[in-house]
Amino acid sequence: MNNLPEKEYFASGHNACRGCGPAIAMRWIAKAAGDNTVIAHATGCMEVISTLYPYTSWKTPWIHSAFENAGAVGSGVEAALKTLYSKNRPNVLMIGGDGSTFDIGFQALSGAIQRKHNFCYVCYDNEAYQNTGYQRSGATPKYARTTTTPYGKVVHGNDTWQKPMPLIIAAHGAKYIATASVSNVVDLYNKVKKGLEIPGPAYVQVQTPCVPGWGINQASTIQVAKLGVETGAYPLYEIEGGKVKMTRKLEKLVPVKKYLELQARFRNLSEDEVKEFQSRVRYWYKYIESLESKGKVFP
Amino acid sequence: MKKGLKFNIGGIIDEPGNSVETKKDGWRVHKPEVDYDKCTKCGVCAMFCPDGAIFKDKNGNYKWDLDYCKGCGICAQVCPVKAIIMKEEEK
Repeated sequence: MNNLPEKEYFASGHNACRGCGPAIAMRWIAKAAGDNTVIAHATGCMEVISTLYPYTSWKTPWIHSAFENAGAVGSGVEAALKTLYSKNRPNVLMIGGDGSTFDIGFQALSGAIQRKHNFCYVCYDNEAYQNTGYQRSGATPKYARTTTTPYGKVVHGNDTWQKPMPLIIAAHGAKYIATASVSNVVDLYNKVKKGLEIPGPAYVQVQTPCVPGWGINQASTIQVAKLGVETGAYPLYEIEGGKVKMTRKLEKLVPVKKYLELQARFRNLSEDEVKEFQSRVRYWYKYIESLESKGKVFP
Repeated sequence: MKKGLKFNIGGIIDEPGNSVETKKDGWRVHKPEVDYDKCTKCGVCAMFCPDGAIFKDKNGNYKWDLDYCKGCGICAQVCPVKAIIMKEEEK
């Protein structure tokens, strides 16, 4: 813990909610990137709360263009830096929320990976469009209550499971893919650092609980993120050179009910729905675990 | 950014990290109070502060910058020895 940098690159005084999970992640992502970095940011919570014109919380060069093109803007920045610098070239870091990664900005990210630019894309996954008022996104789990998928008599919250984004990115042939949780910031720090050091495209996805969107207590952000990892709902793994490696191995999965009952968005779930949630979580955890023993599974 | 705002073309902000000029103490309902006899100086509170409002002073004690602390209580929740108590703000 003493080896971690004390200098902050994400300044205090931003406008995040009390107990904001993504803001904790941003501090550590910025620390991992250091000062020799250019950040291309997609629209989202962290863009809105950190740069309320004429103020900014970022201490590194930072660019925001539109919602969908963090990947495209970052690619352009990387291509320009390649021409301008022959050595000590700045890192290119792209940051987007789950909406701008899973849905809106997917084409730009997909293209950036295909063109093999040297960057690290960090997706902070708060599992819905929390900035505009908690609408569902491609990362929202089934049965989660959002403003576009309310819980009623016929429809019980969201009706789709989230996309397996890290595996989709792995199939693109990215050099390094990792999932992290805000409950373990040292792990997050190391993964972002590794993603930036490895030449070629890298992708890090970090689960960050959202206080108003998930309906959790403002003090229990870390507790919920921790349970997300321990229940297996958010398995932590990295994919390097096509090989999957679990970075947090769970001996026994904690019942997912403990994770769900802390969140108001899952408040109305019936026993059967909790069981379905549990079996889905167990299936995906075992699936990722089974990939580990298979050796090279991605290009 | 100085008083009597001057706006740059294209929304350029030329002072990095100037959000420190905007104090966030008005957001706070609860205030953290620390029992320094219990504190083991592990630094977990500073690690998980969303506002970066917890810093180490010269003696290695962790202090709260109450200009930016929004009083969320994450520090009290994650403290392994429960040395932090959230108390209602007096005003």
